[in-house]
Amino acid sequence: MSETGYNFAYLDEGTKRMIRRAILKGIAIPGYQVPFASREMPMPYGWGTGGVQVTAAILGADDVLKVIDQGSDDTTNAVSIRKFFERTAGVETTTATTQATIIQTRHRIPETPLTEDQVLVFQVPIPEPLRFLEPRETETRRLHALADYGLMHVKLYEDIARHGHIATTYAYPVEVDGRYVMDPSPTPKFDNPKMDDCPALQLFGAGREKRIYAVPPYTKVTSLDFEDHPFAVQTFKQPCALCDAHDVYLDEIVLDDRGGRMFVCSDTDHCETRRGEGHRGAMLGTAPEAITAGGNSRV
Amino acid sequence: MYVAVKGGEKAIDNAHRLLASKRRGDTSLPAISTAQIAEQLALGVDRVMAEGSLYDRSLASLAIRQSRGDLIEAIFLVRAFRTTLPRFGASEPVDTGRMQIRRRVSATFKDLPGGQILGPTFDYTHRLLDFALEAAGDETAEPAIGTASDEATPRVVDLVGEEGLIEREPAPDPDAPVGDITRTPLEFPTERDQRLQVLARGDEGFLLGLAYSTQRGFGRTHPFVGEIRFGAVEVEFVPEELGFAVPMGTVELTECQMVNQFHGGQKAGGESVPPQFTRGYGLVFGQSERKAMSMALVDRSLRAAEFAEQQSAPAQDQEFVLSHCDNVQATGFVEHLKLPHYVDFQAELGLLRTLRQEYEAAPAPAEEAMREAAE
Repeated sequence: MSETGYNFAYLDEGTKRMIRRAILKGIAIPGYQVPFASREMPMPYGWGTGGVQVTAAILGADDVLKVIDQGSDDTTNAVSIRKFFERTAGVETTTATTQATIIQTRHRIPETPLTEDQVLVFQVPIPEPLRFLEPRETETRRLHALADYGLMHVKLYEDIARHGHIATTYAYPVEVDGRYVMDPSPTPKFDNPKMDDCPALQLFGAGREKRIYAVPPYTKVTSLDFEDHPFAVQTFKQPCALCDAHDVYLDEIVLDDRGGRMFVCSDTDHCETRRGEGHRGAMLGTAPEAITAGGNSRV
Repeated sequence: MYVAVKGGEKAIDNAHRLLASKRRGDTSLPAISTAQIAEQLALGVDRVMAEGSLYDRSLASLAIRQSRGDLIEAIFLVRAFRTTLPRFGASEPVDTGRMQIRRRVSATFKDLPGGQILGPTFDYTHRLLDFALEAAGDETAEPAIGTASDEATPRVVDLVGEEGLIEREPAPDPDAPVGDITRTPLEFPTERDQRLQVLARGDEGFLLGLAYSTQRGFGRTHPFVGEIRFGAVEVEFVPEELGFAVPMGTVELTECQMVNQFHGGQKAGGESVPPQFTRGYGLVFGQSERKAMSMALVDRSLRAAEFAEQQSAPAQDQEFVLSHCDNVQATGFVEHLKLPHYVDFQAELGLLRTLRQEYEAAPAPAEEAMREAAE
């Protein structure tokens, strides 16, 4: 299966070793952004090169890989990255969260709880949680070193002063292990609680920005908030229209030009599994075929 | 439809097949050959080699062909290939003083040892579309031929340097390790060797714009073109097992030495320097004077801190320039906005709906102002 001419999982062993060192350092200092000599990858920066490098560095021949983007296995970029590892590493791939040993993700954490035997690899565009408050790297590194997160608290406070609540809905900053403030990547804040005390190792790769960071298993991850304005996740008024799941993150699908909408699971594997178990949502059977098929039936 | 629907893989495969067919174009016309690109689109090939950071004409030509003439896409292809190559080490420093000169001009001296050599240049051509190119078989007259001198052509800055009018650049320690921005992540503040490496592979258009901005007053550097030279230099490498330098071949380079006014004063380290000219340096693969000159102007601007100059312009800001001049990084991140973002968009939709509900429920601003005033 492996394409001739390239090493297993594309990267040469020296590069993998360099990335593994960065990962180990990241695990040793949870939430700290470790600079690493990110390589040019055969896919564009901003399209998951950091995640791909982390996955390539930890991938073994026995691993089972799942790749999701927006919660789905069949979005264009997820397909592209999964194919990349099928070609260059020849590893087994899956869409089932429970069967995967490594899950590379963009923008979501699967609904199905992860286990100690799994590693979740996040693709990160801007690893610096303070970047939009302070554009200079020299300055943000100093702020992290001093654990000076006043800027971030002021930003959240200003949200409350203006809107009555914190108006950050994704890439919601977290504090890791009581020390570093970390960007959870642009996952919706709905997924933040899943990071806390998670049995799986969580690795974050930012290729363009040349940073790797990590949350080791069973680490305390707290979403920043205030005593009188506690952190809260998004809620949806209705369950998934296909599998009737409550307490999951939903995608809004526009059905027509007359305001018709339906809400379905963003995590397509979760949705299909539930439907397989006999759960039926209000629109199952009447929804368009393309949506019902979800993302998991691979050609 | 590119969202999470069944058949994403098949759609991607089909899109790529269509792309391949569009790349080939009308099959009743002969396919363009890579050799033709290397010969007849040579300056495009030069740019791909320079910004792709890989000196290989045929690979760069192949990349241009594969990318349908999209040079940034071609640069990306070359970079992605380059990153897989093993690294044997660093060559000996090339000596541009011993360059086989094809073109060499100085704007600061009317004549100088080695002379002014115009060489192949668009300068002084009238930019009139040459319809004859289209009509006739593109026959060109034989170029005039002279005799190349075997003498080294001293660099202008070294000639003036002997009077001490131009800042001296101390000879580098030959045993000092050479920085490599592709193997060590950039940390700010950077050293000049790292900056020059970043600029050498930086986007020509971005650097051109920045260089232009310094001329229009955003971090003025009072520049003169000390010299621009283009030609071939020999590259030598010392294999460890041999212990002496062996030639590996030649590369074509464009070098620009910009000299800039400096009124003298204290440098950042506290060292006091008399009034003198300072230097900005540009060096690129192939023939690209625009890029080499832009690089030299930006290099000098980025030395603002070293000369304790006021730093207020974008071109003087290391983090701004160096973090944003790589077109492979820039195009990737700008174009990634095409990827699905509907999870985050959903989150923002939800927030916006909440904010609007609150807005509708709140009293009108005028009423509120009255109430606040009353309170």
